[in-house]
Amino acid sequence: MSVLVYLESENKAYKKTANELASYAAELANQLNTEAIGLVINNDQPEIIGGLNQIISVNNEALDTYTAEKFASLISVAFEKSGAQYLVIGSSADSKYLGGLISAKSSSGYIPNVIALPENIDGKTAFKRTVFTNKGYALTTPKTKRCIIGLSKNSFGSVRSDSGSRVESMILDVIDDPVSLISKSTVNGKATIADADIVVSAGRGLKGPENWHLIEELADVLGAATACSKPVSDLGWRPHSEHVGQTGKPVATNLYIAIGISGAIQHLAGINASKIKVVINNDPEAPFFKAADYGIVGDAFTIVPQLIEKLKAFKAENA
Amino acid sequence: MKILVCISAVPDTTSKINFTADQKSFDTGGVQFVINPNDEFGLTRAVWFKEQQGAEVHIATVGEASVEPIMRKALAIGADKAFRINTHPLDGFLVANTLSEHIKTEHYDLVICGRESIDYNGNMVPGLIANHCNFAFINTCTSLTVDGNKATATREIDGGSETLETQLPLVVGAQKGLVEESDLKIPNMRGIMSARTKPLEIITPSSLETLTEDLSFEKPDSKGAITLVDEANIDQLIELLHKEAKVL
Repeated sequence: MSVLVYLESENKAYKKTANELASYAAELANQLNTEAIGLVINNDQPEIIGGLNQIISVNNEALDTYTAEKFASLISVAFEKSGAQYLVIGSSADSKYLGGLISAKSSSGYIPNVIALPENIDGKTAFKRTVFTNKGYALTTPKTKRCIIGLSKNSFGSVRSDSGSRVESMILDVIDDPVSLISKSTVNGKATIADADIVVSAGRGLKGPENWHLIEELADVLGAATACSKPVSDLGWRPHSEHVGQTGKPVATNLYIAIGISGAIQHLAGINASKIKVVINNDPEAPFFKAADYGIVGDAFTIVPQLIEKLKAFKAENA
Repeated sequence: MKILVCISAVPDTTSKINFTADQKSFDTGGVQFVINPNDEFGLTRAVWFKEQQGAEVHIATVGEASVEPIMRKALAIGADKAFRINTHPLDGFLVANTLSEHIKTEHYDLVICGRESIDYNGNMVPGLIANHCNFAFINTCTSLTVDGNKATATREIDGGSETLETQLPLVVGAQKGLVEESDLKIPNMRGIMSARTKPLEIITPSSLETLTEDLSFEKPDSKGAITLVDEANIDQLIELLHKEAKVL
């Protein structure tokens, strides 16, 4: 009755989220007084994640490209073979794609957007998860023997462990996927909203797409991803992939900086899971000031250039 | 091509969310319900297929009679026929299971669901349906073309996109991008009038099995007060982010 955790790899190395997922699985196993087992696909150094009792490593060229049906089938088989009670997965686009498929294949309930270890409610094991796009929480219990937990990014944190984990290879069949990958395009060398520790986001207060160099420059200094409000993407100033909020991408980052965004309830819902929120807006009545941790009332066009210069100096000093 | 768009009724995105006094359920008092935004992008694409390539568009909603106004709206936007699966949508499995039962009897070529509903954010219904019905599945879909039996789609991934190909029958997890916000249709008077007479069938599901149970709900803690920094003192902001918040 162990805990199995699927740790995603990219280009044969762990994705950044692996540490947090392994930490959560290890703590969950600890709470249940059982073992935590990692499941890793096509990774050159599976042993570098610590804290797990065992890592099952699967290597197969047919798994070099991700397609969901193929991965879900394989993970379901590993879930079955491991005898685990829980399967922990992440909240990346690829992992969320897998959740429903694995749930169906393994006849186990799927509880997504989980933010904490389970608590006991009237003898039932309940997982706290976000609902209504961060406007509320539900305490949800599985009714099946086995259960899939989808952990929200940046909700649990990484407990670093130096010790390597014991790795065992496993050979599993790979099915033909009815969906085939034709091409893939990713933005290289730039932080993504899904992975970045800091996100710099801007709204209509920036007045036009020609002013976005300010946002990009600030993001570069911070190693941050850039994002935007819904009106900005609807106006075509920025691509849809940058739209964050209730109908756009969710953001759960350490630091979210909102520039010229008033803070409509839909926008706030989407970024609420971020740890620290900073707002820069010339309207002191903007609702964002009620939701943020730090704020400056003033003109973005004078504040942002100064902030860029001062952050450059700060970075140079603390490098 | 025969298309089913699965639609859920969700609180309008501007809604404040409250739970009942016993914390057991969502308090619907004073809440305006709308078509789940991700479903609406899918519905609009389905109507585009109907207009451009010829298709029959059905919609299905799992819910009690109170969801019928948004179903009528979907018919006014251009769907031909509606099915209401008469039960309270308790979890994602129940929704997918009852929809799958309907899909198997109607033999659809394409099933479009929102990638998630903005109420319970389950992210699981399209994947469960694909598996139950043995359809191919493409999630977070931002473009979709169908040529004969072949479907080509773009999927949004973290930091980029992928182009995927597959054969019908197919389940798609729809989101913004599948159509533009400006392509969303506001029903006109003729659409609203014709929607009144379009068929809306009520189905009694044969199984109400669920795999999870929501025991209780709570609202997030109210936030502490904001620390305001003077615009002449940007160094203080950096200092606070570095030393107090420890995020720099």
